[in-house]
Amino acid sequence: MAPILSVRDLEKTYEGGFQALKSVSLDIREGEVFALLGPNGAGKTTLISTICGLVRPTSGSIEVGGHDALKNFRAARRLIGLVPQEMPTAPFEMVADTVSFSRGLFGLKRDPALVESILKDLSLWDKRDNAIMALSGGMKRRLLVAKALAHEPRILFLDEPTAGVDVELRHDMWRIVGELKERGVTIILTTHYIEEAEEMADRVGVINGGEIILVEDKAELMRKLGRKLLTLSLSEPLAAVPQALARYDLMLANDGASLVYTYDTHAERTGITSLLTDLSAAGVRFQDLQTDQSSLEDIFVDLVKGG
Amino acid sequence: MNFEAIKSIYLAEMARTRRTIMQSIISPVISTVLYFVVFGAAIGSRITEVDGVSYGAFIVPGLIMLSLMTQSLSNASFGIYFPKFTGTIFEVLSAPVSFLEITIAYVGAAATKSVLVGLIILITANFFVPLEIQHPFWMAAFFMLTAVTFALLGFIIGIWADNFEKLQFVPLLIVTPLAFLGGSFYSINMLPEFWQTVTLVNPVVYLISGFRWSFYGQADVSLWLSLLATLIFLGGSLAVIHRIFKTGYRLKP
Repeated sequence: MAPILSVRDLEKTYEGGFQALKSVSLDIREGEVFALLGPNGAGKTTLISTICGLVRPTSGSIEVGGHDALKNFRAARRLIGLVPQEMPTAPFEMVADTVSFSRGLFGLKRDPALVESILKDLSLWDKRDNAIMALSGGMKRRLLVAKALAHEPRILFLDEPTAGVDVELRHDMWRIVGELKERGVTIILTTHYIEEAEEMADRVGVINGGEIILVEDKAELMRKLGRKLLTLSLSEPLAAVPQALARYDLMLANDGASLVYTYDTHAERTGITSLLTDLSAAGVRFQDLQTDQSSLEDIFVDLVKGG
Repeated sequence: MNFEAIKSIYLAEMARTRRTIMQSIISPVISTVLYFVVFGAAIGSRITEVDGVSYGAFIVPGLIMLSLMTQSLSNASFGIYFPKFTGTIFEVLSAPVSFLEITIAYVGAAATKSVLVGLIILITANFFVPLEIQHPFWMAAFFMLTAVTFALLGFIIGIWADNFEKLQFVPLLIVTPLAFLGGSFYSINMLPEFWQTVTLVNPVVYLISGFRWSFYGQADVSLWLSLLATLIFLGGSLAVIHRIFKTGYRLKP
């Protein structure tokens, strides 16, 4: 199946000479939730802004649903809804009016029934006649989602949808994304909360320094790069790792009360059996043991630091 | 052409006018009417006729022009500056709307507002001073052209300005003096000869002269020169806007 969004060799150098995107190529599959991860200043927002027509690319091409985003910008942009990172709203406008306004910008006739259903889905219907400035931060963010959905886009960009929001609102946003995905909307979100990508995404892309350094199925990524930690609670604290165990990747934690062994789950041999044998040979006894899968966050930090 | 988008922006801008009717319509009308009262009725009765027209009536076209210019300018500059300032402009820029459509919508709304103000002033003036309009067609033409031209100019200023000070700078420090010195309150024939020549570099002279001619058949410069100057102004503004959109200046990095 042809990708719904295809970015090829996209480069952006700002007027001051700052190169925000370096030959970015990316394909987005229809119906997926794609999380674009990256630290601040990695180029996430520039990439989204360029796709949406807010920033002019220096070179490269963008195709949305088969339409060239520059030459055939109308057809391309009709497919896209954008929820920006900042929360720009016209303070004096009414909630329902502003959603209708967004729809109009896309060349569509007014559709009060649709606006009603969107506002109800986002729990904003009660506020339809309020001025935007009377809304809470969370409501404003939902309103921006409502505005982005007013022309029924097939692709929705969420730029840092949960930056600086409370836990409840974050879960709210996750629920909304889930519902949109079920309706077949392709979702591309940027975040620097790994938790978010882990929770929602089908695929994860990591961008750093203007380059996409990795695109992978989330599950695959976690499996591939997954390290596990084996934590042993010792009966007697140790001052240092015994010399006999030096060949293992061991660390003392908890003031010497725990011994942590890091291993790769996909290596041919995890080394656990021999470690345990060597432990008892060295006279180290333990009361309990526990293993932890490394999170996407660890993977991410490794990638960005290593890259 | 995305007419629905033009309509949406235009109507949203007009809704903004309704919300702010005090400052967008009523206050410019009141301040202009004060000019009639002070210069027309109070002081004007002591001033001799200018070109065979009573002073009160003489200043009406100039005053309408003055408010038409300043209103078009401030409406249009604020209309585009505010969404830039709040950030809501992203929505328009990422929608399937061309720059031409954006310009038509914002400039159209700004011009509509100032035409509205101008008309109210014209009607109000009628109560204070005896008015005649000898060339209604030309009057309407100059009226519209000036409103659109200055709205375009305001649009440029609104895009260029990156703070409120710059936004106010051109209207207050350039256009208002030019308008006052452009013959709103006097015929340039009343100036010493040297200043008559100097004043001809002021583009506003041509606009006011042509507009006044359409009322009383009296002009400082020829009608065609007035029309030409207005059209050059219009063409210049369109060229600058074309350039802005071509390069994405201040809107699309």
